[in-house]
Amino acid sequence: MAEVSLKNVSKAFGKTQAVDDISMDIEDGAFVVLLGPTGAGKTTTLRLISGLEKLDRGSVHINGRDVGLDTPAQRDVAMVFQQYSLYPHLTVRDNLAFPLRSPILRTPEDVIAEKVQKLAEVLQIPHKLDNKATELSGGEMQRVSIGRALVRDPQIYLMDEPLSSLDAKLRADLRVELKRIHADLGSTLLYVTHDQIEAMTMATHIGVLEEGRLVQYGTPKEIYEDPASVYVAGRLGSPRINILPAELFPGAHKGAQIGLRPENIRQGDGVEATVLRSEHLGDQTRLHLDLQGHAITTLTDPQQDYAANATLKISPQDPLYFDASGARVV
Amino acid sequence: MSSFSVNEPSKRTKWFAGTLVIGYALITMIPLVWIAITGFKSPADAIAYPPKYIIGSDSKAGFQPTLEGYVNLFTTRTRQTQEFLDANPPENWADEIVRQYDMVIVGPSKFGERFLNSVIIGFGSTFLSVFLGTLAAYAFSRFKIPLADDLLFFILSTRMMPPIAVAIPIFLMYRQLGLSDTHLGMILLYTGVNISLAVWLLKSFIDGIPTEYEEAALIDGYTRFQAFYKVVLPQAATGIASTAIFCLIFAWNEYAFAVLLTTANAQTAPPFIPTIIGVGGLDWPAIAAGVTIFLLPVMIFTILLRKHLLRGITFGAVRK
Repeated sequence: MAEVSLKNVSKAFGKTQAVDDISMDIEDGAFVVLLGPTGAGKTTTLRLISGLEKLDRGSVHINGRDVGLDTPAQRDVAMVFQQYSLYPHLTVRDNLAFPLRSPILRTPEDVIAEKVQKLAEVLQIPHKLDNKATELSGGEMQRVSIGRALVRDPQIYLMDEPLSSLDAKLRADLRVELKRIHADLGSTLLYVTHDQIEAMTMATHIGVLEEGRLVQYGTPKEIYEDPASVYVAGRLGSPRINILPAELFPGAHKGAQIGLRPENIRQGDGVEATVLRSEHLGDQTRLHLDLQGHAITTLTDPQQDYAANATLKISPQDPLYFDASGARVV
Repeated sequence: MSSFSVNEPSKRTKWFAGTLVIGYALITMIPLVWIAITGFKSPADAIAYPPKYIIGSDSKAGFQPTLEGYVNLFTTRTRQTQEFLDANPPENWADEIVRQYDMVIVGPSKFGERFLNSVIIGFGSTFLSVFLGTLAAYAFSRFKIPLADDLLFFILSTRMMPPIAVAIPIFLMYRQLGLSDTHLGMILLYTGVNISLAVWLLKSFIDGIPTEYEEAALIDGYTRFQAFYKVVLPQAATGIASTAIFCLIFAWNEYAFAVLLTTANAQTAPPFIPTIIGVGGLDWPAIAAGVTIFLLPVMIFTILLRKHLLRGITFGAVRK
């Protein structure tokens, strides 16, 4: 359990600036999700904290201690990789025991046996303990992989898209499970994903990355309701926020662009839009509209049925404004 | 449950493949079997025409097996007068065999010693090649080494010339260094020839082991060397085993350098075996016996490591 602080952290691979001057303070016990598309620098940030990559500039402090020159082992962090990365030549039991047998911990074998057994029950794999790691299904492998991090009691947990390889149902289950485990342990957890549902449901704080820079850091609510830019606004919310020229809608405008999340579009009055098609998802219906050549996606009542080319009037409700460059205008 | 699936071949395909493999095996086995049975023939049967190949049969193609070849291989003998032979009855079964040519065994031949030299030099250079090769391959595979590609090419380039082309320089160098006709000299020489093969083979094997394993081990609290030892080596076992077999086969069979650089002290079996002279010409059964024994270690070594060669299925634990 520890707080983590990054100061002006930078890392380049050749000509690519993977991480560009990131500073953030992660408080003790936080569940921080780093959110961004592929190549935004999420994984590199995690690897810089773990010590698997060396900093070009800046510093990383864990629990107030500068760990810049420490090896991964000395930093006392646990990490779950995007790939399962179970040791294929070992059984599940030995995989789980591997961190405990490290020269740093040197746990007595009876303690290891007890911990592994307990953990296997949490992960629902006690009957698989003596299988080779390669004999597990994908979901089981990833659970063991998470288990290998949880078996220790490290300063921080680092997780690099641990659920991305799993099917939807297992992902949903493990999401809840991870959230519960975090609540039980109360430890600091840094989690990398490009999945906004994982970010929204698990995080206490979200850091949004864009091309190596940290563009916004805050609670999920802040990020969703008060995004700093068009880019951040586009990271959360499904269907995505509609970014349109502000002059499409009559009225007072604070910026050149208007951002309308589906729930910010009021139907019934305002400007006229044409229905392109509607998608029935069961609990909701997505409505694809055309407003003077601009595509808009919004939600409507599941019972409502629109014919193609029907028209309806829409108007903004509590919209977000951005200037021409995409920065938020308040 | 297996993490990969292979389409089960049809019964016909299996039969066809089986027949093909067995047929091929039989054809390649013929020279080996011929050598093995020649080792149990008498010198006369060994060169008889039409050839004799049925053991213990009285037919025209049959011959009575004898250990003559093996006795001749392992002993030196001398011809004696009839009076001496009558006065000294045979001491053992081997002596009895050589009596039919009016000879007595006077001592062991050089074969045992030469064979032992082959074992020391062959396995010694194999161990050294694989040991150094694994470390070098790991370094090339995992670390940023300045001019790594050039170095690798340089290592490979030592194989581009037939080794025998440098035989004279090496002969002169070895004479100066006092390495001529020494075990150490031959081990170093064969290691030098094998190391390029070892580095390249092992590098490709280690490249195939995802770095995530070591990174996971580093995070799990292990040092770089411990991660190498506990995580990389077990997974590289397949590559190490096959590299070791290649290295051993080269060092074991090498003839040209052995002829040139070894004589009395460190001579290996390959240059020795053809020098086995019998009565009135080459002693084919003794040579065949020597070849048979000479073939055994590589065969046994390969069979022992076969398990590792087949067990290298590590995919499935890391998703790419």
